[in-house]
Amino acid sequence: MSNFTDSKGRGYKPDQGLGSSRRSFLQYSGAALATSAILLSGCEQFEEFIPPKNPNTKNKVNLGSGDIGILNYAYALEQLEAAFYTKVALLGFYAGASAEEIRVLEDLRQHEVAHREFYEAALGKNAIGKLEFDFSMVDFRDRNSVLQTAKTFEDLGVAAYNGAGPLLENPDFLVVAGKIVSVEARHATAIYDLIAPNEAFVDFIDDGLERAFPPMQVLQAAAPFIVTEIDASNLPKA
Amino acid sequence: MDFNKLFDSFNTENKSEEEVDIYMSRKEAFKKLGSLTKKVALASLPVAAFTMMPKMAFAQSSDVIGVLKFALALERLEYQFYIKGVDSGVVSGRHMDVFMAIREHERIHVELLEATIQALGGNLDGVPSMFDYTAGGVFPSPFGNRQLFLALSQAFEDTGVRAYKGQAPNLMDNDDLLKVALQIHAVEARHASQVRRIRGRKGWITEEDYDGIDGFGATFMMASSAVYAGEKNTTHVGVEVTEVTTVPVMAVREAWDEPLSMEMVLDIVKPFIVS
Repeated sequence: MSNFTDSKGRGYKPDQGLGSSRRSFLQYSGAALATSAILLSGCEQFEEFIPPKNPNTKNKVNLGSGDIGILNYAYALEQLEAAFYTKVALLGFYAGASAEEIRVLEDLRQHEVAHREFYEAALGKNAIGKLEFDFSMVDFRDRNSVLQTAKTFEDLGVAAYNGAGPLLENPDFLVVAGKIVSVEARHATAIYDLIAPNEAFVDFIDDGLERAFPPMQVLQAAAPFIVTEIDASNLPKA
Repeated sequence: MDFNKLFDSFNTENKSEEEVDIYMSRKEAFKKLGSLTKKVALASLPVAAFTMMPKMAFAQSSDVIGVLKFALALERLEYQFYIKGVDSGVVSGRHMDVFMAIREHERIHVELLEATIQALGGNLDGVPSMFDYTAGGVFPSPFGNRQLFLALSQAFEDTGVRAYKGQAPNLMDNDDLLKVALQIHAVEARHASQVRRIRGRKGWITEEDYDGIDGFGATFMMASSAVYAGEKNTTHVGVEVTEVTTVPVMAVREAWDEPLSMEMVLDIVKPFIVS
């Protein structure tokens, strides 16, 4: 079985990644299926673990199944956020953006790009392709439009990770998702604080708990921004 | 890290028959608990529902209850801190809404955890309920010195985020509990970000935090350095992120929060616990 570290314990080999792990998995899982398919933990159907034959045709991606599916789902959302903040920066920020606003939005851009590139590397050959986005409903010259869109994406991201966490089987993936979701929550608050200083979470979390949305609900909410068709039908269900 | 665990967890062939039995029955036990708690809506308030739940015992519950009691200790530490903060006048008028909201969230977390522990057949014995926010006189007048209050608040919130993150894997066998823990975890992160911004810091953990919170002398700095220990990490599930992105190292460090073990968290909060 492979892992992500080489013999020196550092460095990542892009052409390995999850690919070779998956091969190993498929090798033994065939045997496991023959004897006791029912014991495959967390997956009622063995088929759920077989990657789709042709997952990524043009303008359509299949997230896949199991933990890989969930990681691809996170990768898709990070692509969306990264693309948005990149566009915000490329267009020179909105008119009248303060130094503090630019600083926050630029930090968010860098964080989301790092998240996106992390998932791409971690997923290796199992990664979905690059998604195409449509931000035509955002007025990038307008402060309110940009900040409200950022708020929407960050809140959605937090709710998405919270909903997806319990669908993960591997504790290490759960921890890395946890490492990212708290930063998304930090982002959400920073954006709130730009929109309405010192009123953060006063309009929100009145029951003391952050939201948690299942993938289908999140993808539906994000759908207006995503051109590429996303097939999430093989994702684990609660 | 490796991915072997993931695949081993499916590979029952690698396990002895006994191990498989234990694994499956444990999973089953938690699944049953899961469906039960779903019926009484663990994730949804009112908390009162829990107190009406019959006491129940199940295999392996002690691990989970231990985690929940640990979380309760931290929430009580925070809740009483904010009760005093709001009542003492240390909070300025323009930040009052924020701290009243935080206090309310912590109150809900305390009640939710207390009720859940009891619903799972546990008791609240041994969970600290009296605190000394001067840490034995080391930090004088935390409720008289606004900057000190805010610094302590930041330290408690950032520690809370790390504590929940560290315990998440211990709740994996029960999806409902895990989900609620994640929902609390993100709220703590929101608090942390807001308090940090009130202090003029970035909402996320940055370079200036790695050695601890400065401005309150060497003791405070040293005590708070544990709050940020390991936050420079840039390797996640074996991927050295700085090697796969052109984003500056500082931003990569900021973009991932790190977990803390129960032991490390307890070391941080121990000076504040009276009993």
